[in-house]
Amino acid sequence: MASSSDTAGQQHPLGIYYKIWVLLFVVSAFSYAVDYFDVQGAMRWTLVIVFMLVKAGFIIAIFMHAFWERLALCLTILGPPGVLLLLISFMAVEGGYTSGTRYDYMGHDPNAVALTPAEVHGTGEDHGEGDVAAEAH
Amino acid sequence: MSEAAATSVSPNDGVTGLVDDWTADKQAYHVPWGKAMMWIFLVSDTFIFSCFLTGYLNVRMTTTEPWPSQSEIFSLNFLGAPVPLLLIAIMTMVLITSSGTMALAVNYGYRGDKKKTFWLIAATAFFGATFVGMQAFEWSKLILEEGVRPWGNPFGAPQFGSVFFMVTGFHGLHVSAGVIYLMWVAFRIRAGYYDKKGFEIVEIAGLYWHFVDLVWVFIFAFFYLL
Repeated sequence: MASSSDTAGQQHPLGIYYKIWVLLFVVSAFSYAVDYFDVQGAMRWTLVIVFMLVKAGFIIAIFMHAFWERLALCLTILGPPGVLLLLISFMAVEGGYTSGTRYDYMGHDPNAVALTPAEVHGTGEDHGEGDVAAEAH
Repeated sequence: MSEAAATSVSPNDGVTGLVDDWTADKQAYHVPWGKAMMWIFLVSDTFIFSCFLTGYLNVRMTTTEPWPSQSEIFSLNFLGAPVPLLLIAIMTMVLITSSGTMALAVNYGYRGDKKKTFWLIAATAFFGATFVGMQAFEWSKLILEEGVRPWGNPFGAPQFGSVFFMVTGFHGLHVSAGVIYLMWVAFRIRAGYYDKKGFEIVEIAGLYWHFVDLVWVFIFAFFYLL
């Protein structure tokens, strides 16, 4: 962390803002591409979370100037939210237990798939009267 | 006076600086008080949004109904073919654009270029308003065409609707409040209110605006993509 004087505001060359700006567009396009090209499974989770953290990191560090702030302020900002990771992990463990018992004792199908808008509204190519007709033949 | 002498020495950096800042009988943060207060507000806001997202994690894990496919529900027809998450991608880009104009506004504010600062903040507010407008379109499409309600929807887990309306609604509220706040700051700048006080206000307003963008990064990843 570079030193910063008392009350003089955060002033940096314009170039760095333009670079980060472009970078945020590119990384956002990458995360959108993950969905567009229908990447699934562990790869989807990894890519989406990595791109998310990259974007969040650059917004906090450069746009919000945390990179140039003093350590006392940085820890005040980032320390308390860091504790939330504990809450998130506890809730994930608890959630896994709850869903496990529900599937085991309440007779739900863990492999059920949600309906798509096309199926609900009957506008999809592979659904509707065509399907019924195909089954009848 | 001894106080004046003390402040003229530039403070230490790193861990030594951290210990000095927290142990000495003096101010802990070497920033304008408004900026420190904005940061503390943002930390509290982080907790609110984190609670929402953690609640979302828990209901999504524990619901025994299948979770609806966001990719298909939020698709938009473009040139006759449905493109997944098109509107959300555009909203994301609009918000990033507004973050960039805000970062430039902070820079021009410290240079004392009031005219450029005013127009850059106005542009930021314009993009923010555009975002809210697109969100209103998204909500009305979801409510009227898809029949999604906070208590249920035709696709799968009813929690989908409650999480969607609560999380995006609270974020949209932040964007709307930000637009009003930014315009208020912009007009005060143009009126010359900060000529003597200095232009830290642009950086403080900017912190709020970047935070709103930051929250969207997490919502985009966890609610729309995963």
